[in-house]
Amino acid sequence: MPYISNTDRDRREMFAKIGVKDFDELIQAIPEKFRLKDGLKLDKAMSELEITNKIKSQTCKNICSNSMNSFLGAGVYDHFIPAAVDSIVSRPEFYTAYTPYQAEVSQGTLQFIYEYQSMICELTGMEIANASMYDGASAVAEAILMAVRKNKLEKAILPATLNPEFVKVIKSYTESVDIELLTVPASGGVIDLKALQAMMDDTIGSVVLQSPNFFGSIEDAKAISEIVHSQEGCLLIAAVDPISLTILNAPSEYDADIVVGEGQALGNSMYMGGPLFGFFATKLSMSRQMPGRIVGGTLDVEGKRAFALTLQAREQHIRRAKATSNICSNQSLCTLAATVYMSLMGRDGLKEAAIQSAQKAHYLADELSQIKGISLKYEAPFFKEFVIQTPVPAARIIEEMLPRGIYAGVELGKSELMIAVTEKKQKTELDEYIQAMKEVCNV
Amino acid sequence: MSKNIFEHSSPGRKGVALPPRDTDIFLDKIIPQKYHRQKSARLPEVSELEVMRHYIELSHKNHFIEKGLYPLGSCTMKYNPKIHETLVRHTCFANLHPYQPESTMQGALELLYELQKDLAEISGMAAVTLQPAAGAQGEFTGIKIIEAYHKSKGNTHKTKIIIPDSAHGTNPATCHLVGFDVVELKSDAQGRCDIARLRELVDENTAGFMLTNPNTLGLFETHVEEISEIMHSVDALIYMDGANMNALMGIVQPGKIGFDIIHYNVHKTLSTPHGGGGPGAGPVGVVEKLIPFLPVPMVAKNEDCYYLDYAHQETSIGKVHTFYGNFAVLVRAYIYIKMLGAEGLRRVSENAIINANYLMAIIKDYYHIQHLEYCMHEFVADGTWQKKANGVSTLDIAKRLLDKGFHAPTVYFPLIIPEAMMIEPTETESLASLNAFATAMIEIAQEAKENPGLLHDAPLTTPVRRVDDVRAVKHLDPIFKIEE
Repeated sequence: MPYISNTDRDRREMFAKIGVKDFDELIQAIPEKFRLKDGLKLDKAMSELEITNKIKSQTCKNICSNSMNSFLGAGVYDHFIPAAVDSIVSRPEFYTAYTPYQAEVSQGTLQFIYEYQSMICELTGMEIANASMYDGASAVAEAILMAVRKNKLEKAILPATLNPEFVKVIKSYTESVDIELLTVPASGGVIDLKALQAMMDDTIGSVVLQSPNFFGSIEDAKAISEIVHSQEGCLLIAAVDPISLTILNAPSEYDADIVVGEGQALGNSMYMGGPLFGFFATKLSMSRQMPGRIVGGTLDVEGKRAFALTLQAREQHIRRAKATSNICSNQSLCTLAATVYMSLMGRDGLKEAAIQSAQKAHYLADELSQIKGISLKYEAPFFKEFVIQTPVPAARIIEEMLPRGIYAGVELGKSELMIAVTEKKQKTELDEYIQAMKEVCNV
Repeated sequence: MSKNIFEHSSPGRKGVALPPRDTDIFLDKIIPQKYHRQKSARLPEVSELEVMRHYIELSHKNHFIEKGLYPLGSCTMKYNPKIHETLVRHTCFANLHPYQPESTMQGALELLYELQKDLAEISGMAAVTLQPAAGAQGEFTGIKIIEAYHKSKGNTHKTKIIIPDSAHGTNPATCHLVGFDVVELKSDAQGRCDIARLRELVDENTAGFMLTNPNTLGLFETHVEEISEIMHSVDALIYMDGANMNALMGIVQPGKIGFDIIHYNVHKTLSTPHGGGGPGAGPVGVVEKLIPFLPVPMVAKNEDCYYLDYAHQETSIGKVHTFYGNFAVLVRAYIYIKMLGAEGLRRVSENAIINANYLMAIIKDYYHIQHLEYCMHEFVADGTWQKKANGVSTLDIAKRLLDKGFHAPTVYFPLIIPEAMMIEPTETESLASLNAFATAMIEIAQEAKENPGLLHDAPLTTPVRRVDDVRAVKHLDPIFKIEE
């Protein structure tokens, strides 16, 4: 039997030591009638070779982005990942370790989390970050819950420009505890500032902004922040693309109170959208309201630098029903990938990835706009993703691009297509897309 | 002492280079100046070799499965097969985008469809969602389903959920997150739910009951039938925390003995790696009447293809994850089930139980055990003899184990056992390694008598000595201060 070391002889020896004659004696606490009589109905066990063949035949039915010219985004992005990332992440020392509860034999994990927290704070300009949430969506949801803990105001404003999948998850997390979600409408693909201004009053606990937003547009975060903070005690939650932060305002520059986002783009493969990881950072003054694990620097008894889980009194294993969140397992290994990725890309490399993504996206947007019948849906500045209006149904474009080896983008409306570009795209691939678009649109 | 990665940084040094730019568009032209970041993010500037050396140096400071036994109770630290890692990294898994047309990910959808079915069979439930990203999010999903069920029946008065005092902290935390009041149920002298007390607690306002089975003492909750009767008589639902499913595969199907909802921790039971704290996955199974409330989408199949099914959107609790859950983790669980099959999974649970009982049979002569009966996959010993006789705490014992090359058990949990040491060896450990661990425990019991100071000082041989976690709170230092 794979992965079980005990032989029949071992079992007999163990039964003798325990003082039972067979296995059934050990499970006498399970009432007879509860026990499964006929065994589970599952496929016959496969050997390693057989499962390898089965998986191969299954993967053959998938057509991955590597064999296609893909322009899909909408929350998950195909950025370049240096080979060294997987070389570290695939070390059993990291991936078969448990949560670092015994600090003395977990310094490897604890230190990389500390480094990860430091990098997230450097990117966002915040003062403290946790060790991760499940994804960007649950990170925004937890940020709203944290804001309520902080100011006891149970209304939150979400923008119409927020990722709609995030909105669904936020609803799941907030509706049961009577948090009222309001939506500020968009104008020109970004938050309608006047409408926001009109909605603000002293019952609003937090306002979420996503920038670049779901449509790729950059929000006027400074103007939004001024409106939000004109209401005393109201908290600004910024959901951001971490790679964009090397060229766009750090959320601290517009005084965001809680900064969250989807971290997958930092060195993690797409894997059909999971695992992802949510980053979560804020100001020190709110550290005790934060959800999730946090690692802190400290000393050992000999005065040597060491790391440990800290502020654990917030967490479920200590505080139980009064914990700040129920999260236990997080997305630790994904943050290891992010940490190694950010180290390898470094200060200039990550910025270069952001610049090239933006450049290529704008080149494509410019060229597509030249095609008769195609226009950019929004005028607002964008980063690496944008929406076009199409002369033929977007669904038809997607369908007809497929045999040309292209994932054309995400359909947002009948004649709206959202297109994402990263630094991985070569100019020839962009030109191929432009040509294909001309053909599909019959011009 | 290791430097941190920022301390290796040197201005201008590069880890990787991107290709030269092939479009000449100026940033200022496309993004207005007012949106430009003012001060550069000071990420490390290090070479690839420095990055590799640094993180490999860190890796050497971890305990991990391949290094030695990892007896954390309720965590199921079993060996993680390497074939999982090889197969999951196939480009046609790793580079799938969630918004690809369904026709281009039939293989992935087929795999998820089969996994939904297999997990339903193992738990005896009618259907399973794969969406929750971890066990605690599975609990959240399950409790949301309880809420939705009662809402659909107009049961607005059902505001409380009963949870035994031996439960994991995530249980009460989850109920609170969904807005339920938590009522704690004391355990009886046999370490199980106190049924008489339960009858007193249950009333018309009871929405549900959360029960870990086997419980955190490693004991099967024998009164499931009575519990089911009591709860269902007031239309309350019974949630099974499946953290300890490693004891039950092929032996008991929870869905067939009265439980309405269950979550799996696939990173425990189905041998996907713990990753230093995640990612896991927390699929949730439900009985027939609760299917309409499962998150969307499910993976479904028609005559010729697999598809993402949003049909029950209106009754569903909605979504808990941006996309479809932790796909890469689920692939590993799928491979595990396919390789073990029905008989193999039963052997897993049998051997998990045998290994735990064998260890307990040796250790019981040296450490106090409150509930001395045959255990399931884990048991709880404690350090009360040592504490009383030698002034040595469970923490001291745990730290001394680290010196002997083992990870410590889960300590000071469950809360109802003073000085608790919750020990779960798992089925992947051999007789020889169980003996080695038992020997270490016996040696420590001896050391406690002869040289308690040694235990107070432990650990002596680990990368750092005992870590001051009080200081970590008092002098909060969550990020590295980068010098200009």
